[in-house]
Amino acid sequence: MANLKTPINKSDHIRGPAHAAISLVEYGDYQCPFCASACAVVDQLESYFEGKMRFVFRHFPLTEVHPYAEVAAESAEFAGTAGVFWEMHDALFRNQAILSVPTIMLIAEKLRLPETMMRLALETGQFRSKVRNDFMGGVRSGVNGTPTFFINGVRHEGPFDFASLASAIQSRLAADSHA
Amino acid sequence: MSSILTAGIVAPNFTLRVTPDQMLTLSDLRGKPVILAFYPADWSPVCGDQVTLYNELLPEFHKHNAEILGISVDGVWCHAAFARDRNLHFPLLADFEPKGAVAKKYGAYRDSEGVCERALFVLDRQGTIAWSYCSPVAVNPGADGILDALEQLSDQANVHGQLENADQ
Repeated sequence: MANLKTPINKSDHIRGPAHAAISLVEYGDYQCPFCASACAVVDQLESYFEGKMRFVFRHFPLTEVHPYAEVAAESAEFAGTAGVFWEMHDALFRNQAILSVPTIMLIAEKLRLPETMMRLALETGQFRSKVRNDFMGGVRSGVNGTPTFFINGVRHEGPFDFASLASAIQSRLAADSHA
Repeated sequence: MSSILTAGIVAPNFTLRVTPDQMLTLSDLRGKPVILAFYPADWSPVCGDQVTLYNELLPEFHKHNAEILGISVDGVWCHAAFARDRNLHFPLLADFEPKGAVAKKYGAYRDSEGVCERALFVLDRQGTIAWSYCSPVAVNPGADGILDALEQLSDQANVHGQLENADQ
């Protein structure tokens, strides 16, 4: 029940070396406060395990409680087509307290994304199925809330502060090297 | 943990209050798969996540023509406030008086705390339990088990449909 059912693939947003010993996958929501604090933790983990870890972010927007989660996720996908997914991702979390459509458009402007095309993509739901696929893949892997982390395909149970995640990663590395 | 009713057993029928002036009877939903989600309490953090997740998944449940019913011992006014706060689009039933009577029939009542277990049941179109699962009370069971069970029911229905067509 606690294994990642959708392997890391071409449609994923991946940061870090392709053959890293550690793959950390997060299912997250740009309007979830716990995900925003986890964002800083992921940065810390990436520095701590530098060169040994890759990070994948997948969308898990809970749209009925977070009205901007879906538009934020689709905007990140649009940014991805221009090669600035992670810049958008980080900026969305940094500005979570004031997240709104105007805030998102302002971030897009700073990233020099073409406004008309972005509005069109959002209006026509160009990335809705990509976001939904992420979400449903998460559900099938037993994701029940955000953030949910998978370390080398195994769900991380427990808190998501730096110390807990770092030690879970160390244990997983040890377990995998004995496997 | 109490032992909940398992697959193959006919789901006990019940009538419960769904709003201050409306009742819902399980057997009225015959012909459709039904998901029963017993949970301990409105407002508690884990339930919040669990019902939020099911709320997001309504389109997936509807693809299987399935209905989902949430059940706890909270009263109708509490359910109404909770549903409004979380923007829920499925019924929450009040197993309120006599308290927990329906949960007890399903083996999904925690006597020590006086609340429902976090127990899931998927019923087939004839009202027989096709799958059930009782989660530790603090753990959100997610929805993967429900979706697997609904897919199996749909596959079985398709096979039967094909057989019926083949007879003609």
